[in-house]
Amino acid sequence: MNVISNKWIGQRTIRPDGADKVTGRAAYSADTTMPGLIWGKVLRSPHAHARIRSIDTSKAEALPGVKAVVTAKDIVDFPLDKPVMLGIQDMRWMCRNVMAREKALFHGHPVAAVAATSERIAQEACRLIEVDYEVLPHVIEIEDALKPDAPILHDFIKFDGKPSNIAGKLEHKLGDVDAGFAEADVIVERSFTTRPVHQGYIEPHSCLVSVSGDGKATIWSSSQGQFMVRAMTSLLTGIPQSDIRAFPAEIGGGFGGKTIIYLEPLAVVLSKKSGRPVKMTMTREEVFRASGPTSGSMSTVKIGATKDGRIVAAKGVFYLQAGALPGSPIRGAAGCAFAPYNIPNVHSLGFDVVSNRSKVAAYRAPGAPIGAYAAECVMDELAEALKMDPLELRLRNAAKEGTKAAHGPVFPRIGYEETIRAAMEHPHYSAPLGPNQGRGVASGFWFNAGGESSAQVNITEDGNVVVTTGHPDIGGSRASIANITAELLGIDYRKVSVLIGDTATIGYSNLTGGSRVLFASAMVVTQSTEKVIKTLCERAAKIWKIDPEAVEWEDGEARPAGDNAGKFPALSLAELAARATETGGPIGAGVQANTTGAEGGFATHICDVEVDRELGIVRVLRYTSFQDVGRAVHPSYVEGQMQGGAAQGIGWALSEEYLYDKQGRVDNASFLDYRMPVCSDLPMLDTVMIEVPNPKHPQGVRGVGEVPLVPPLAAVANAVYAALGHRFDSLPMSPPKVLAALEPAEA
Amino acid sequence: MAKLHVSTTINGEPVEFLTEPGESMLDVLRGPLGLTGSKEGCGSGDCGACTITLDDRLVCSCLMLAAEAEGHEIRTIESMAEGETLHPLQQKFLEMAALQCGICTPGVLMAAKSLLERNPDPTETEVRFWLAGNLCRCTGYDKIVRAVLETAADMREAAR
Amino acid sequence: MTDIRYLAPRTLDEAVGAFAAAAGAARILAGGTDLLVQMRAGVLRPGLIVDIKKIPEMTSIEETADGGFRIGAAVSGAALADHPKFGQVWPGVLEAVNLIGSTQVQGRASPGGNLCNGSPAGDSVPAMIAAGAIVTVQGPNGRRRMPVEAVPAGPGRTTLAPGEILVSFELPPRPAGSGDAYLRMIPRTEMDIAVVGCGVSLTLQDGVCTAARVGLGAVAPTVLLVEDAAKALIGSKLDDAALEAAAAACRAVCRPINDKRGTIVYRTKVAGVLLKRAAGIAAERAGRA
Repeated sequence: MNVISNKWIGQRTIRPDGADKVTGRAAYSADTTMPGLIWGKVLRSPHAHARIRSIDTSKAEALPGVKAVVTAKDIVDFPLDKPVMLGIQDMRWMCRNVMAREKALFHGHPVAAVAATSERIAQEACRLIEVDYEVLPHVIEIEDALKPDAPILHDFIKFDGKPSNIAGKLEHKLGDVDAGFAEADVIVERSFTTRPVHQGYIEPHSCLVSVSGDGKATIWSSSQGQFMVRAMTSLLTGIPQSDIRAFPAEIGGGFGGKTIIYLEPLAVVLSKKSGRPVKMTMTREEVFRASGPTSGSMSTVKIGATKDGRIVAAKGVFYLQAGALPGSPIRGAAGCAFAPYNIPNVHSLGFDVVSNRSKVAAYRAPGAPIGAYAAECVMDELAEALKMDPLELRLRNAAKEGTKAAHGPVFPRIGYEETIRAAMEHPHYSAPLGPNQGRGVASGFWFNAGGESSAQVNITEDGNVVVTTGHPDIGGSRASIANITAELLGIDYRKVSVLIGDTATIGYSNLTGGSRVLFASAMVVTQSTEKVIKTLCERAAKIWKIDPEAVEWEDGEARPAGDNAGKFPALSLAELAARATETGGPIGAGVQANTTGAEGGFATHICDVEVDRELGIVRVLRYTSFQDVGRAVHPSYVEGQMQGGAAQGIGWALSEEYLYDKQGRVDNASFLDYRMPVCSDLPMLDTVMIEVPNPKHPQGVRGVGEVPLVPPLAAVANAVYAALGHRFDSLPMSPPKVLAALEPAEA
Repeated sequence: MAKLHVSTTINGEPVEFLTEPGESMLDVLRGPLGLTGSKEGCGSGDCGACTITLDDRLVCSCLMLAAEAEGHEIRTIESMAEGETLHPLQQKFLEMAALQCGICTPGVLMAAKSLLERNPDPTETEVRFWLAGNLCRCTGYDKIVRAVLETAADMREAAR
Repeated sequence: MTDIRYLAPRTLDEAVGAFAAAAGAARILAGGTDLLVQMRAGVLRPGLIVDIKKIPEMTSIEETADGGFRIGAAVSGAALADHPKFGQVWPGVLEAVNLIGSTQVQGRASPGGNLCNGSPAGDSVPAMIAAGAIVTVQGPNGRRRMPVEAVPAGPGRTTLAPGEILVSFELPPRPAGSGDAYLRMIPRTEMDIAVVGCGVSLTLQDGVCTAARVGLGAVAPTVLLVEDAAKALIGSKLDDAALEAAAAACRAVCRPINDKRGTIVYRTKVAGVLLKRAAGIAAERAGRA
């Protein structure tokens, strides 16, 4: 690791995009317009499960103002027998998700789209499209989808040789669990369920697309990856990537939900057919009905320990809803559940279950909160059975450098133990509690990711700096990149502009996800900046006519070093920039790399709740998160990640859930009835950042964005248990459920 | 369709526009008037991203017909800064990182400004309930509430 | 695609004329916080929107000579909160009106709209019923007055005749020793529709309850006046037995449904809890009054 000063790294600088965002100037996807644009609308299936016999669009096409109509036949088909992977997404499912082909698989599944001169005409045209459906029996819940007589969504999916709704299985094994449990003095086993929850970003999906006469497409949209937009749109429309230019609009929240696309390919085809720019924006109801939430789940976790609190075996079985097309985050659930612990014998199994719901999308540490909810509640119960403090039990078994995780890796230096110790020593952990109050703790792990990243660092003629990277900034990454660049160059951070390039102006960069953005972009920005510094030293050497090796870069200027020290006046960045042409031309450097070395993230949370025993209402009174953040390059935005994740987790635990009616329709597709926490629901969310630098990163960065959502479900559930003495094994812990548990006889 | 002619005042300037009778104020602000700082998160008054003031009262512009603007005075996020000078709330939000993605920020700022105009010394609870109609999914509200409270303290100090 | 027309008449007669002439195709626009949501969801597509906020009578708050209040049907919650005296006299009604939606919704939403929307869960309605509010309506056949509890007819329906517009609420003067309160149960702290709502208004003399009214929302197709609960309170010192009897009366009238917002069992149980808590707050206020 480089030894660097801390002038800017670790400072709470003003974010480069901040002024635009507080004045309303920042351009999100729906804020862009174009001359001549027309409006696209999607016709969605009114049935949860139906074969599409035919679609007649003639009446819609005849409506004055309608410029184009799209159905599945306009989208590239990916045959069912041949997987085509783009990252973790299989295009066989993506092509069927953006537009139903053989069958409509959930209520709200797109079956056609229209572009017209006004939104109202487009809507009216959708009503004129005649779809002949053969309505089929539907299935929503996992337990129903697993029944022998369940309606089968996809004939081609077989499990154990038979048609099944189980679309996939994943297994992690370490040691011998049976032998491990035989050694245990205490074993706790419990089953849990969680409901699907939505990412809840406030900005609905939206795009503006223009396809020109020569077939070149330009896309402005809000996503977690402009290169993902380009690649998927290319695959689904057949337009080569070189003919698609995707601009990353400012993104109004994603949390994983914008790592796939819904509208862009439809808008591209509509624009191509009509010759007009096309704008499409989902309503909030469409967002809830048809964009991906994360999975609901059914799981069973069994953990055994010796009486001195040494965990000897753990087993987990996790069934996750995929929605209508395969691909639930079983890896996150099965892989992360036991990762915080050094357990010699682990067997973790995940099953991917399809049913007639919208296809799930990534949601902040996908699957991991589900696994941790089950595992960390069982840990709590185990601690009680062992008469041991729950943090002490975690500390005794904490994964550390050298621990082999069931999902594969041997951990390098990690800061999990430090999060537990910090929690134990924090005043929160020993603060007194009142009646009907309880305190819970839980830990969590997330893999974190590296991957492809590109950066270009250019020195402007007047001696300022422009840094371009390729990842949409979802939570303040530009501010962190400015800090790093300023630190390396030894200049004021305000001299650094940080931009997100479009697909034509910056090299390929994988999407904003996996808590990878700062980890990866800091690496390529560092390498680019180091190249720039090398060039700057060479230019100074040229001016001084000395060996470039005899020049050092310090405090934003080139200084003669070694034997030449003090022989020439230092040359500042501005002076070197002004003389760039005469010394060799423009100064700048770019690096494109596949970054590796993103190490896992760990966190431990403490939650206090109070329960109104007469109404069944649970309120969170106090919440503190302890997280190994590697290096907090911009502490405010690290804290922001910790706080945002905690808030989402509290919502998941207490109030958020998808509700379906008997016809298989989402019954609460609005912010009114899909209850995300509002400002008055939450206390201040305290954070303790623990910096155990990632040894494999130049600044010690670890991903920090996702692990904050891993512990809260269990932390809240364990707090409710402490308050009531009743353990809830199903989320959300909504008032009717809590009251029924408190007075079971009357319920 | 017969459009209505509306004369109103927006951000201190006289403005005239044509609107379809069923069109919302938000649609007109974001469409023909090009004031896209007000955001549409839900269209049903549940998220507050489209918050404006109508005769100094906070309203969701998605829940108001554009036709109703006739003869009234509207303010949007675009009028919060005076020229290059940010409102103290805007400045504090930047300093305290009280925004992440920023989509809820215009609505939150409009609501917070209105609160401080009515109540220069709000408690944390008063801030939290006043802002309950402004959904934010990124921050968990912590830094937003702290920024509003600190701005209020600064403004009280400045007014002494 | 039918066109929508928009009218903002200056007089009530003009409004009634236009509203009645359009027959069922017209909708009244007060705060619009229900109407615009329904229009956007495609549930409603009115041919005519009659905006009543330019009619002075609809947006004024007056203290009557006898110490009561007359509130225009389109008065916003925020305007009612700004009134210097109303909240001191009718704190329960004010808190109920001010629970309708967010601060932003408060800038627009009105008790008249809340009542005419016909939702069994409207927050202001149980408090208005408890307060003994009388409404005035005007239609093609002139004006009439009726108790507020006579207005709701079922989910989304009222007893207003075709062409009739709700004009105002009248709240009676308060004898000394009176207090009112409204409580609702929602899963969050704000921004939800009441799972149960309960309004209580009562008068105490020397610690004995001499008058009481109870309104209960979201437990039946309409908001209910619970006379048996009031009877249980009147004549008592609001002791535990009287409160339990009143709570039992509230539970007994519940005819709720299981829906996304609550279950039958839960709503019924909560109705009794809220009665006790609201009565306690009302009594405390009465003691101070």
